[in-house]
Amino acid sequence: MARMNMIEAIRDAMDTAMGVDKRVVVFGEDVGYYGGVFRCTQGLQKKYGKSRVFDTPINESGIIGVAIGMAAYGLRPVAEIQFADYVYPGYDQIVSEAARLRHRSAGDFSAPLVVRMPCGGGIHGGQTHSQSPEALFTHVAGLKTVIPSNPSDAKGMLIAAIEDDDPVIYFEPKRLYNGPFDGHHDQPLTSWRNHPLGEVPDGHHRVALGEAALRSEGDDITLLVYGTLVHVALAAVRELGIAADVLDLRSLIPLDLEAIVRSVKKTGRCVIAHEATLTSGFGAELSALVQEHCFWHLEAPIERVTGWDTPYPHAQEWYYFPGPERLKKAIRHVLDATPAKQS
Amino acid sequence: MDRRRIKPVEALSLHVPEPLVRPGDKPDFSHVDIPEPGKARRPPENCTAMDIRDLARGVVRVLDGNRAVGEWAQDTDLDTCVKGLRAMIKVRAYDERMLLAQRQGKTSFYMQCKGEEAIAVGQRLALQPGDMCFPTYRQQGLLIAQDYPLLEMICQIFSNSHDTLRGRQLPVLYSSKEYGFFSLSGNLGTQFVQAVGWAMASAIEGNDRIASGWIGEGSTAESDFHSALVFASVYKPPVILNVVNNQWAISSFQGVSGGESITFAERAHGYGIPSLRVDGNDFLAVYAVSRWAEQRARANLGPTLIEWLTYRVGPHSTSDDPSQYRPKEESEAWPLGHPIERLKNYLIAQGRWSEEQHEQTVAELQQEVLDATRKAETYGTLDDGPMPSATDMFEGVYKEMPDHLKRQRQKLGV
Ligand SMILES: Cc1ncc(C[n+]2csc(CCOP(=O)(O)OP(=O)(O)O)c2C)c(N)n1
Repeated sequence: MARMNMIEAIRDAMDTAMGVDKRVVVFGEDVGYYGGVFRCTQGLQKKYGKSRVFDTPINESGIIGVAIGMAAYGLRPVAEIQFADYVYPGYDQIVSEAARLRHRSAGDFSAPLVVRMPCGGGIHGGQTHSQSPEALFTHVAGLKTVIPSNPSDAKGMLIAAIEDDDPVIYFEPKRLYNGPFDGHHDQPLTSWRNHPLGEVPDGHHRVALGEAALRSEGDDITLLVYGTLVHVALAAVRELGIAADVLDLRSLIPLDLEAIVRSVKKTGRCVIAHEATLTSGFGAELSALVQEHCFWHLEAPIERVTGWDTPYPHAQEWYYFPGPERLKKAIRHVLDATPAKQS
Repeated sequence: MDRRRIKPVEALSLHVPEPLVRPGDKPDFSHVDIPEPGKARRPPENCTAMDIRDLARGVVRVLDGNRAVGEWAQDTDLDTCVKGLRAMIKVRAYDERMLLAQRQGKTSFYMQCKGEEAIAVGQRLALQPGDMCFPTYRQQGLLIAQDYPLLEMICQIFSNSHDTLRGRQLPVLYSSKEYGFFSLSGNLGTQFVQAVGWAMASAIEGNDRIASGWIGEGSTAESDFHSALVFASVYKPPVILNVVNNQWAISSFQGVSGGESITFAERAHGYGIPSLRVDGNDFLAVYAVSRWAEQRARANLGPTLIEWLTYRVGPHSTSDDPSQYRPKEESEAWPLGHPIERLKNYLIAQGRWSEEQHEQTVAELQQEVLDATRKAETYGTLDDGPMPSATDMFEGVYKEMPDHLKRQRQKLGV
């Protein structure tokens, strides 16, 4: 075990995968010599050479396109998109090509690639360095979409993503890179050093894609969260002094529906939170699933706490971010709701 | 016939471009072939791409020490030079002050254009009111050359209560229709092709306005650059396509975007668009070639692509440390010098400027920037406020706010 922040854990995952499998190649804008603008690939070019770790031209469509070609050839490309906000030029390659290659060729070809990209706000990055576009990928058949919330999972899930035979979209909540940010932006950030999930297993550590993790347990309510919002939810629960199931989904597709249903049937109440915009966000999918599978167990309507349906603002970002106060309000509301009160 | 064949190698290998030098090495620009000033000819405006093929490999240069030489030397009068120098000094003073403000925590982020001041300033002076620029984040000179109010620029940098963009945008992503400065996107390359569309619209309307698109050499790799060129070659709209080759795209040298085998100006040849490569640190060359392209455009002769050869002296932004990827002394070794120094020396030699006048102007403009900064601070800074209201974030997403946004705004309680 070693203590790591999320950047180091992501780097360790690529290092581990490259060490055991020569087919793993890593590339993207500024990832070679410099080691990436967030330094996730630092030192890898030196260790594995320029033909396995290299800078690419600034062309996201090209980055994904060549990754598909390499994956179809038999390599295991790990492509970095510098910010999730810049993936759109590569979106066609992901949606029309990577996602469907296996199906349309009846298994003749496939594209086992990983697209890594930092997502989420809270760094005063404005509308082009803050987005959470996960729902644009969960909506596409043929893609897996995952979002770790801590260093240990970041490593284990990235290794699993690289080893996966299907294309995996791997989001890195950048506000968590250096510590378990709980949404209290006016308080100092705690580091991963003292967090149990900052302990990262050495070597080949794999976290299966499709398994949610319960971060806290309780009968009052279920909170369905992923990425940065896991820590916001834990803070909200702590501050309210309630006993809640905080379910870190980790993987959106494939989704651990069983864990969700188990928890909601137990608590009868559910709040869903994500940083992405509300309308057609992944929360809508979760809400529909909970309704379908747990309707007769629900004591109160499901609520969603999310980013607003606006671009991510620069100055007003903490009004945009679904922080602990907004989450607590929704939780209280759902806890207070009873059929009697409604009538 | 003897059909010779190249023997296959035992194993293929990938070519990955690498700059000649890295931190710790001695700077080396021996691979940048810099022809003597005054040698490049000034072709007629109605030339074709093939007529001026050579100009895409050469470098148009006018300033030769203290003299202006060659066929391009006549285009720039001394009044324009003085105007340009003042604007460039102001850009420098502005950048310095905003970098300081960022370090002081008054804003989140800043991007300077040190060493590239001549390009935006020179071109803007060659354009007319009503022309539209589609800039990148390094063309603050387009605004400053027109005496755009510094106070407004600084309020945008501070995202404060007087920010005309209401705190929505990252610092430096200005917008001003009035000053022909198209709203800046953070996404690279997207706006290069929009400039072509704007120019097409002017042609469709039978107007006389032209557009000027801007892109960094790194971003020429984006597909939108190629889209721009193909549309420009098909419809021949009145647009100047500017590629600012400052050698670096964050940590990636220009070879990573294809500059190893061909100049960025030469890319236009595949599309039949006339193109030139120009010393971007030479104000007289910038102004002259911009004027030439502007006149071509206004005479309905179509697009021109210009590669401006320059060097990014500062870090990419306030978020990176260039000593991690290039030699510290590299900017001093750049063979084309510094644009402000070069223009200043020329004007002094012409008897139109003096050291004292220069110092005085620098001091005066630094004071102007400082005064504007102080004033802006009274309207708020990012760390201290006051800032635009939270309600504002819901405004302008649509022209009329739909009900779902009204509900969300209400939920936020603002
Ligand atoms: C579509 C997109 N991809 C990536 C980025 C991140 N990024 C911002 S600036 C930059 C480098 C651009 O270099 P260049 O075009 O040469 O312009 P310069 O910064 O040198 O002026 C990169 C990769 C972005 N803003 N947009």
